[in-house]
Amino acid sequence: MLKFENVSKRYQETGEVLRDVSFHLRHGELAFLTGHSGAGKSTLLKLIGVMERCNKGQIFLDGENLSHAKEKQIPYLRRKMGFIYQDYKLLQDRTVFDNVALPLVIAGFGHQEIGRKVRAVLDKVGLSGKEKKFPLALSGGEQQRVGIARAVVNKPPIIIADEPTGNLDPELSSEIMSLFESFQQVGVTVFIASHDISLIKKMNHRVLKLDHGQLVSS
Amino acid sequence: MNKYNKRRQQTREVKPPKYLKPAKSDSRQNTVAGGSFMDKLNAYRDLHAHALFSSLGRLVASPFTSIMTVAVLAIAISLASGFYLVLVNFQQLTSHLETSTQISLFLKEEVSELHAKKLADGIRNKPEVQQVTLINKEQGLAEFKTYSGFGSAISALKTNPLPIVIQVLPKNSLTDKRQLEALLHEFQQNVDVDLAQMDMQWLERLQSIIAVGECAATILNLMLGLAVLFITANTIRLELHSRREEVIIAKLVGATHGFIQRPFLYAGLWIGFISGVVAWFIVTAMMLILRSPVETLSSLYGGNFHLVFFSFTETLKLIGISSLLGVVGSWAVLMYQLQHTKPE
Repeated sequence: MLKFENVSKRYQETGEVLRDVSFHLRHGELAFLTGHSGAGKSTLLKLIGVMERCNKGQIFLDGENLSHAKEKQIPYLRRKMGFIYQDYKLLQDRTVFDNVALPLVIAGFGHQEIGRKVRAVLDKVGLSGKEKKFPLALSGGEQQRVGIARAVVNKPPIIIADEPTGNLDPELSSEIMSLFESFQQVGVTVFIASHDISLIKKMNHRVLKLDHGQLVSS
Repeated sequence: MNKYNKRRQQTREVKPPKYLKPAKSDSRQNTVAGGSFMDKLNAYRDLHAHALFSSLGRLVASPFTSIMTVAVLAIAISLASGFYLVLVNFQQLTSHLETSTQISLFLKEEVSELHAKKLADGIRNKPEVQQVTLINKEQGLAEFKTYSGFGSAISALKTNPLPIVIQVLPKNSLTDKRQLEALLHEFQQNVDVDLAQMDMQWLERLQSIIAVGECAATILNLMLGLAVLFITANTIRLELHSRREEVIIAKLVGATHGFIQRPFLYAGLWIGFISGVVAWFIVTAMMLILRSPVETLSSLYGGNFHLVFFSFTETLKLIGISSLLGVVGSWAVLMYQLQHTKPE
């Protein structure tokens, strides 16, 4: 599903952030990406989302080479990934419904289909009945669920989460994690960057560890 | 192979579970998702309609900024179009005059009336001439008394000082200036003619003044058009800046540049369109104010000159051009800015 082959990323200001990173996530696998802050976790995720390009090596998503993707292809590649962020990245002036519907609107679905899909996914993440609320009226855990709903509404084959529980208390965190596990159970590949070691240990999944830009265990 | 992958390969007749309905096919996911072609077309139309009205809604939501922008643009556009309309009116004035390029032949003092008649008949037979009028000394005096306002002064004269005049109206087909001048030259060579004069010189001057005006108007309109472009571009730039977060999030969930641009282009269209309409009202109001003094002035010169307002096609052109400038202005700034708005 996701394959890194000897990937290196160098920034002019900070030098080499990722060095010779290689790994392979299979279809339907759930894996954590961990490491100290500044180890290169965020950079690695940006390379997957083609927000940055690697200097060396190649990245494959579902057989497609991301490192050779043209600018025009990037939006279509991003539709195959569901990104989840620590700060949720929700539109504060739009309702929960509109936030979740955004990927479907962009993909060109008709409004009946959008309504059906959005309600289904809100039901799945436990937010049914809150579709008309604005993000600021929700708790942190609920906002993150909106973020997750938006990431999975268009049924991408892979979900990528960047510190999804960074702003949540342990109880909410494990709820969110079990939500991710439920996605994995229906065949979605899930890749979660986190430094919450105790939570990761509890969950017993594959762990990729970055240390100063190098993959030290996978 | 796991459960999900199996599902992805199943055909559509298998009813998918509530949440994870498989994507219809991987290749289709690459382009536009959704149902049939008609569904996509409808969704596309909905997107445009939504962008059209939501962008108008945004303009209305910040009335102060919108009014300021539209006012500046409308004044710029009304200056340009008002200048154009003034020129159209001047051209209408000269087009009236152009049809009366007549040549007056002032005959020599010693030429008798009988001889003048023969001369006039001779001219009448020329192919270039449309009409010949002979004005004898008495007719000339009577006409002069009536129209010049020097009636009483003329009456004080003992003898009639006016010469016999033959008025020649060349054929309308003789529009070429050189042909006219050749004809004039021929009349000047005639021994009986004291002076042959074409009432053209002042017309030429007026026409060249108008030509200067047209040139100035073109330059002015170009400058004002550029101003409209830049003002719209700047307005859209500010709007883009205040919606930066939204643009970035849309990019992150796979929006193309076309999708992100759409509401901003419509905003530019609205700004241009509304400014064009307002400019039309401004110019029309100015013309209404000017109408009565201009017509008084015209009647003092014995003319029946009527101010020309915007025609229907000119109105459409005015609004069309200003809308187009709005779209082009926002498109230019979007092309530049969206390349530089990258998600982090």
